[in-house]
Amino acid sequence: MTATQPSATAAPAGPTGPSGAARPGPIEAVPVRHPGRWIAAVLVLVLGIGAFASILQNPNLDLPTVGEYLFKPLTINGVLITLWLTAASMVMGVIGGIVVAVMRLSANPVLSVAAMLFIWVFRGTPLLLQLIFWGFIGAFIPKIVIGVPFTSIEFWSFTTSDLIPATVAALLALGLNEMAYAAEIVRAGIQSVDPGQTEAAHSLGMSPAKTLRRVVLPQAMRVIIPPMGNETITMLKSTSLVAIVAGDDLMSNIREAYTQNYKIIPLLIVAAIWYLALTSILSIPQMWLERRYGRGFNGARPTIGSRVSTFTQSIALPARTARASKKESAS
Amino acid sequence: MTATIPHAAPLAATSERPMVEAVEVHKRFGNLEVLKGITMSVDRGQVVCLLGPSGSGKSTFLRCINHLEQIDAGMIRVDGETVGYRERNGKLYELREREVATQRRKVGMVFQRFNLFPHMTALENVIEAPVQVARRSKADAREQAQRLLAQVGLAEKADTYPAQLSGGQQQRVAIARALAMEPEVMLFDEPTSALDPELVGDVLDVMRGLAESGMTMIVVTHEIGFAREVGDVAVFMDGGVVVEAGDPVQVLGDPTEERTRSFLSKVL
Repeated sequence: MTATQPSATAAPAGPTGPSGAARPGPIEAVPVRHPGRWIAAVLVLVLGIGAFASILQNPNLDLPTVGEYLFKPLTINGVLITLWLTAASMVMGVIGGIVVAVMRLSANPVLSVAAMLFIWVFRGTPLLLQLIFWGFIGAFIPKIVIGVPFTSIEFWSFTTSDLIPATVAALLALGLNEMAYAAEIVRAGIQSVDPGQTEAAHSLGMSPAKTLRRVVLPQAMRVIIPPMGNETITMLKSTSLVAIVAGDDLMSNIREAYTQNYKIIPLLIVAAIWYLALTSILSIPQMWLERRYGRGFNGARPTIGSRVSTFTQSIALPARTARASKKESAS
Repeated sequence: MTATIPHAAPLAATSERPMVEAVEVHKRFGNLEVLKGITMSVDRGQVVCLLGPSGSGKSTFLRCINHLEQIDAGMIRVDGETVGYRERNGKLYELREREVATQRRKVGMVFQRFNLFPHMTALENVIEAPVQVARRSKADAREQAQRLLAQVGLAEKADTYPAQLSGGQQQRVAIARALAMEPEVMLFDEPTSALDPELVGDVLDVMRGLAESGMTMIVVTHEIGFAREVGDVAVFMDGGVVVEAGDPVQVLGDPTEERTRSFLSKVL
């Protein structure tokens, strides 16, 4: 036991060079415990089961009625009208929105101010108000006349209520409101595209219209689609507001049914099931569109398969590692 | 103050009109006058290199030739046509954007930041303008694009998206894209400035090949070696004017102007 001994024994333990060093084994450590998480999880589980059980045992739930109404022609017709209203007003909103966005970005001040005013009015007032307004448009403008202004010359005249029946009024309200929102989304999308892209297209001899259609919009779509997906889902639910003026959509039909039989809760559950099913299905075309317009942008290619697998991984992985580490610590 | 480029042969002998002709070109951005009277003439098949410190107006001048910038005074002609205007009965008429687009088909441009269309593959980038603008058949354009991509050494990258290509490869696709419209003159705006040093050579090789094939080229560049080797004329610009122009070996090797001399001493 001399003074030199410690350094002598330390030498073999030190690094022996890249060729001699063995790969160290995996780290064996006691994982951090999360007792708070466990307590919270148990609490949520107990409360959830309790709530679920009490709902199922509630006599007012009336599951047979839910089953009866779920696929009734009244319900199915309502679903079809809701889908039609959503699709029609979204098509109107998107196409009109592109036009308004291009106007908004125009160098002509009349066009850009007109677009700004349009957006200001239709985005700044409640959708419900707009629906009622279009529903009662006949009271505001009883007759629509095509002629020369400030003279009595008339080429054509219509009674407004004939020209704009309730369903058209509903469509107008939803479509115009959507146009205002879509215009802002499209404008943001167009402005997100590098101006160098426009210059390159111009230098190749492409006209402004062709540049927009072939170069700018396809790239803007990447930015436009996610918020547009949101808009579509919001629209699907907003169609329920037309119950005020037009009707025949899912919510109107359900409301009509429960005002007659007073089975309010079961019928609301029927509507909820349908709205949830439809909004869930809507995320599939969105994913498809995101993949379609994500081409050429690295890493931005979500597939349905990859989304599901990353989702299941995010659930499964922590559990698996926890189990693995527990086994490790037990041995 | 302004210098005209000396022609290789006496003017009388070259009965052919110049490919690009600029007369007293002025351009201002707000209060800043970027071009203060640029006059130059580029013959068919000539390679002109524009050099000078940043802010000297060389890129702006290049963009004016393509009407990406509108000039305030003077005149630019490409193949005898006034850029951006139509002359009729001694009066100037501004061209519609469509007509400007048609005019630009004669002029190819390569940008510092490549500006490839990221949502299209290399091949799609190259066939876009021939199919959409020149209305050529897709099969025809595809065949030409394959040939052009082979010419820039990227035949096997036809189906690759720009994001998966290196900067040098992207720039070579951009050159192929510009060539696909069969332009009469090619403009290069600092084509190698955004590239890693080891990728510069490939792009310069493609440009050298293009010059040898007889393409008229105007190149804004900081590559002194390229200008000396490939250029027929070197133009040194500073403060919006042409300081000195002439044979690259003389301008870059033994400049007569003090400003050229001090610039070259900094970049060499």
